[in-house]
Amino acid sequence: MRQSKSSFEWRKVTESSLFFPSIALALILLFDLIFIPGFFNLEIKQGHLYGSLIDILRNSVPIIVLAMGMTLVIAVGGIDLSVGAVMAIAASMACIMLNPNLVGLKLADVTREADPTYSATPLWAVFVVPLIIAAVCGLWNGLLVAYGKIQPMVATLILMIAGRGIAQLVTNAIKIIIYNDTFLQLGNGWLFLLPFALYIAAFVFVIAWLLTRRTSLGLFIESVGINSRSSFFSGIDEKKIKLFAYAFCGFCAGVAGLIAVSAIRTSDANQVGLYSELDAILAVIIGGTLMSGGRFSLLASAIGALVIQATITSMYALGVPASTITAVKAVVVIVVILLYSQQVQDFVQAMTGRTRQREVKS
Amino acid sequence: MAESDKDIITMEGIHKSFPGVQALEDVDFTLKRGEIHALVGENGAGKSTLIKALTGVERPNKGTITVDGKEVSIRSPQHAQKLGISTVYQEVNLCPNLTVAENILIGREPMKWGSIDWKTMNARARQILQGLDIDLDVTRTLGTCSVAIQQMAAIARALEISSVRILILDEPTSSLTIHETEQLFRVMRKLKSEGMAIIFVTHFLDQVYEVADRITVLRNGKLVGTYATAALPRLELITKMIGRSLTEFDEMIKIKLESSKLIKGEALLQARGLGRIGTIEPFDLDLHAGEVVGLAGLLGSGRTEIAGLLFGIDKPDSGSITMDGKSVENYSPLESLARGVALCPEDRKAAGIVADLTVRENIILAMQASLGWFKHLGLQKQYEIADKYIELLNITTPSADQTVKNLSGGNQQKVILARWLATNPRLLILDEPTRGIDVGTKAEIQKLVLSLAEEGKSCVFISSELEEVLRTSHRIVVLRDHEKITEFTGEVDEHKLMQSIAGSES
Repeated sequence: MRQSKSSFEWRKVTESSLFFPSIALALILLFDLIFIPGFFNLEIKQGHLYGSLIDILRNSVPIIVLAMGMTLVIAVGGIDLSVGAVMAIAASMACIMLNPNLVGLKLADVTREADPTYSATPLWAVFVVPLIIAAVCGLWNGLLVAYGKIQPMVATLILMIAGRGIAQLVTNAIKIIIYNDTFLQLGNGWLFLLPFALYIAAFVFVIAWLLTRRTSLGLFIESVGINSRSSFFSGIDEKKIKLFAYAFCGFCAGVAGLIAVSAIRTSDANQVGLYSELDAILAVIIGGTLMSGGRFSLLASAIGALVIQATITSMYALGVPASTITAVKAVVVIVVILLYSQQVQDFVQAMTGRTRQREVKS
Repeated sequence: MAESDKDIITMEGIHKSFPGVQALEDVDFTLKRGEIHALVGENGAGKSTLIKALTGVERPNKGTITVDGKEVSIRSPQHAQKLGISTVYQEVNLCPNLTVAENILIGREPMKWGSIDWKTMNARARQILQGLDIDLDVTRTLGTCSVAIQQMAAIARALEISSVRILILDEPTSSLTIHETEQLFRVMRKLKSEGMAIIFVTHFLDQVYEVADRITVLRNGKLVGTYATAALPRLELITKMIGRSLTEFDEMIKIKLESSKLIKGEALLQARGLGRIGTIEPFDLDLHAGEVVGLAGLLGSGRTEIAGLLFGIDKPDSGSITMDGKSVENYSPLESLARGVALCPEDRKAAGIVADLTVRENIILAMQASLGWFKHLGLQKQYEIADKYIELLNITTPSADQTVKNLSGGNQQKVILARWLATNPRLLILDEPTRGIDVGTKAEIQKLVLSLAEEGKSCVFISSELEEVLRTSHRIVVLRDHEKITEFTGEVDEHKLMQSIAGSES
């Protein structure tokens, strides 16, 4: 009797949206445990925790933040290819607002003028304005998709291509070095032992979760993603739902852009958020949301982002050259896609089903 | 002559059931060489299932199929083609960006030196089309041709398969103009004279009488009969399609007559000159609290279109709706919900259920939509509502957390009904609520509609089954060719009703 109960719970675990991403993460960490000595070492230096695990957490923050927005967009049956470009726009915007005087100066001159407290615009605006612009970028995508009836892939491709150009325009195609200490805290600061950025990721996650699970938005997003016509017949305004998802995705891209540019201390419109859209989409897929839309789990997407970053960090630790990391990522993609394939799922179900049957017999 | 009279296909005792639905029950069907055989019946009658059994898409549970005197078990569409059975489907499923010739010979392109022999291919395509009396530049892109020509290309493609002797046309005329239809009929007659056996599936009875030699009528998955066209008057055909039996007027009629006393005098909803070009001609309609109004008419007569206008799926371009004496300004499902109007749509799969959501989520969906984004129903409240309707409507499901796609058709229909009942509507529009579900559930739903009226709700009941409409409706509105023809109140003379549906005086 107890046995059959435990098997019932096991089934529940395997059917949970967190099951596969957690397994993937555990496998990678197991690999690290066996093959990379000292990977799990943690030490406290000057009140900060250091170690590979902390590196994984810190570096995954932009992907986690992007994945929150991307999850909602994919759940309504769309996709947003422009998040990387929107990150660059937000980053350039913040940098130009911090110090517009730097535009047009030679790098050598700039270094002399460095002042860790200087900001041309009030600091709150340096944070808020880029986020608003990023949300507007998302809104634009949403308008094209929901009201313009353009295929999401095409609609967001427009901003993906144009976005980096816009980011270059903002800074006059010049890399601006960031000196403002407060702004640098975003990507480099620490709070209570942990990197400051982690708290931002947690904050965005909580916001996204509250917005979708404490209101009806989550249900509506899933409903529109599964069957938008039925949703329309049920009185759901599916266009507004889509608009919200894209705008939120843009906002998340803005947050990720600010963190990323703070971490590298330079506004480089060609580098900030490069290929990030692919990482974000991959994180959502690993998190188990179908590309066709429908059911989603924010936590599973966040774990998906950790899987990606854990892979990258492990490869670096093993000494794999940075240029070949993409090939390793491809292997992860293949493994995950296989795990999600119907055949493998049936196989797992058959396995758990079989053990259950055996117990019922005995 | 004797040879050409021989049966080419005999189907005997065909059974086919899907979860929760008996799609075909003991159906016999014969097809002769050189005849055009019309297959008619209302939606859910089993026409498409019968065709699918013949083309290898579905395999019957029971029964035998004999082709050319040999008993066969048709395994796949490819196998059906080998047996000489070729099908042209309702939607033209060709490639509009390829040329006509490419479309006709796709997958069977003549080859030369390892690449496609374009000359031979175009010549071959031209030859096939000329065989159909069509002169056309076969190198044109198919998408630039008229729908009729595209349809012809589809037929040409079906005929190109060597040794095709049986051609199945599944609603080929639904998107054609009158002129184009005539062109198609010419081709059909020509093929017939060459000995081709043609099965013609259609909803248009005029066309049946124009080209068909024999008619087979199906209803609710059962064979009604096969008749020579000349021996079957139009009215009799409709009677057979819709089905009617005087003995079946049971206690529901009594309930209905008694409840008719409860109908309120003043109208809950008034439509005046409401219409939409190309959808429905302007009509007037009054709906009262406590009343069931049936919409009767054949498929495509405008029943669903009226429902769509009343609920705000489509915006009218003429006329007005007044509800509670106030003129309606905004037309959208959400606005309608706020006014207390609900529509249970015709197409359960496409517009009804949200397949991957649970029973609970499906039930609360419309209620939650009317509450908006931020007035979120708590989980406990959701379960309360879901459990209430699962019990009330007798929905068979392991739990409220079951994914709705795992339920049978009848139970899915009840879930959608529950979704609308949960919004506590004053006007409930039910478009084909009983289609494709078993007889027991049908009766349950009919009784439910009557009891809702007794509670003081206004109901609009749309169904292809006339007996159902007769049994449940206090008043019947007849539609034909996108136009409201007339209304029947009180004791309805069925004969007159059917005449008015058919639009013939015979």
